[in-house]
Amino acid sequence: MSLAEQIVTDQPAEGWVTQDGRQIGPVMMEMRNITLRFGGVEAIKDISFDIRQGEIRAIIGPNGAGKSSMLNVISGFYNPQEGEVWFHGQRRPRMRPYEVARQGVARTFQNIALFEGMTVLDNVMTGRLNHMTSGVFRQALWFGRAEREEIENREKVERIIDFLEIQSIRKTPVARLPYGLKKRVELARALAAEPKLLLLDEPMAGMNVEEKEDMSRFILDVNDEFGTTIALIEHDMGVVMDLSDRVVVMDYGRKIGDGTPDEVRSNQDVIDAYLGVAHD
Amino acid sequence: MPDQLLFAMEVFLNGLMAGVLYALVALGFVLIFKASGIFNYAQGVMALFAALTLVGIMEGQVPFSHLINAAFGTEIHHFGWHLPAVAAILLTGVVMVALAWAVNRLIFRHLVGQEPIILFMATIGLAYFMEGLGDIMWGADIKKLDVGLPQGINAWIDETTFNAFGYGFFIDNLDIWATVIAAALVIALTIFSQYSKQGRALRAVADDHQAALSVGISLNFIWVLVWSIAGFVALVAGIMWGTKSGVQFSLSLIALKALPVLMLGGFTSIPGAIVGGLIIGVGEKLFEFLVGPLVGGATENWFAYVLALLFLVFRPQGLFGERIIERV
Repeated sequence: MSLAEQIVTDQPAEGWVTQDGRQIGPVMMEMRNITLRFGGVEAIKDISFDIRQGEIRAIIGPNGAGKSSMLNVISGFYNPQEGEVWFHGQRRPRMRPYEVARQGVARTFQNIALFEGMTVLDNVMTGRLNHMTSGVFRQALWFGRAEREEIENREKVERIIDFLEIQSIRKTPVARLPYGLKKRVELARALAAEPKLLLLDEPMAGMNVEEKEDMSRFILDVNDEFGTTIALIEHDMGVVMDLSDRVVVMDYGRKIGDGTPDEVRSNQDVIDAYLGVAHD
Repeated sequence: MPDQLLFAMEVFLNGLMAGVLYALVALGFVLIFKASGIFNYAQGVMALFAALTLVGIMEGQVPFSHLINAAFGTEIHHFGWHLPAVAAILLTGVVMVALAWAVNRLIFRHLVGQEPIILFMATIGLAYFMEGLGDIMWGADIKKLDVGLPQGINAWIDETTFNAFGYGFFIDNLDIWATVIAAALVIALTIFSQYSKQGRALRAVADDHQAALSVGISLNFIWVLVWSIAGFVALVAGIMWGTKSGVQFSLSLIALKALPVLMLGGFTSIPGAIVGGLIIGVGEKLFEFLVGPLVGGATENWFAYVLALLFLVFRPQGLFGERIIERV
């Protein structure tokens, strides 16, 4: 048994309390022996890991390690050829991305996928779509109900907009915003869905130091205030080690490490993957 | 006021009315193009099919009667009822929704992620299939459509303008109704798309498929919805054109007039479809009136296309279309 697997199996099933006093709960999502192929290329090779309730879980690895593919498997954008995804103790059947989203898994994208033509407010409101229940005809005919629903959801959205400090750009079309703010709007839209699990694909890519600090603070606050479970992919090692409770390390589609930031940092495979290793 | 000017004004007003009908067809194009990136060549045929179905249901015609009679040697043509227009319109609406569902289930669901040209070719196939289907179901003869809309010269306008200018304007009642109904339709669509949950989902899908999926929007549902709405718009257009000039297969050719309208207004803009339709309508009528006599007439056939060509050269995105900017 490798070091990585040991660390996973050693953990208490019901969870634990972190050094800063946050409660980490039982396993929420579990990936079992996931293999994903594109034609002849194996993007993910037989990877297993879990995500626990309330934790911030990072997936790191060099470029092309298969991190984004992993996130796409979790959010249902890719369907793995082998392996199982377990969510809240149940095996998840093959699902389309929108079905996964309706189960309470929200996500952001590496290359920002916002509705560019719509305002910030409208973008964030789309995050509430699954909390609005009236159907097409009711929407078309029964204005009172639809209006009430709109107002209720609007309040929740305004709270998130306040929380992420984007009040001043509420009515701005997204296409006009600078990159860093777009990232924040995307986070707001994902949060508006009140997700059980929030997936962030490189939330800090392309940001300057100040923007990164802001984003780190927001991620910690989201986890703290809403108790949202977060899985994120990030390149900036400093950020990852500061933010996350546990880290999965991938390289060439394999898992080479899994554990707390300290454990991962001292893992020889991880050091080799990141610093390179002399082949002799 | 000189007679020529009054006459030009009358032509202008009639052009506006004709433009409304162009705009209605163009509107159906824009809805589908925005939400799914499909340029639906079959939009005109959908209007024809809707009109045929409406007449068939109203008159109690047996669908596929020629086919049935030929196969079984029977002589059935009519159920023997006459439905009121409202009921027939509702039933036709149901047929158009079913059609929207079938088109998505059988064709476009299998073509997700394909090149636009492939989707376009599929709609050409769909257009010819539906034309044939309409023929087999309801027969190829020209049918009269009367859903109770008033027709003929509007006496009040005629009288008022005669008293004021000494020249009575000829405005068709049907055109006035078409304008009112089209305006109501556009307002309703705008409210729906701006302020309802599905409207927001629709705009979201139009903007970014991936992002829409990630917030839990089912693309299939939205596509069926948008094809249904386009089918409904086609039904309205079919009623107007059918009442005006009878339900005949040349109706599907009005789709071609919608092309210059779209080039003027932009393929992605609902207001663009309206304004484009009006400009083409007014433009071709005025051009025929002013320039037509100098060049021997028949300018209405080509004016719209030349105008569209000029737009393609100088403003390819149309009046209201999204400007294509590539960041490097």
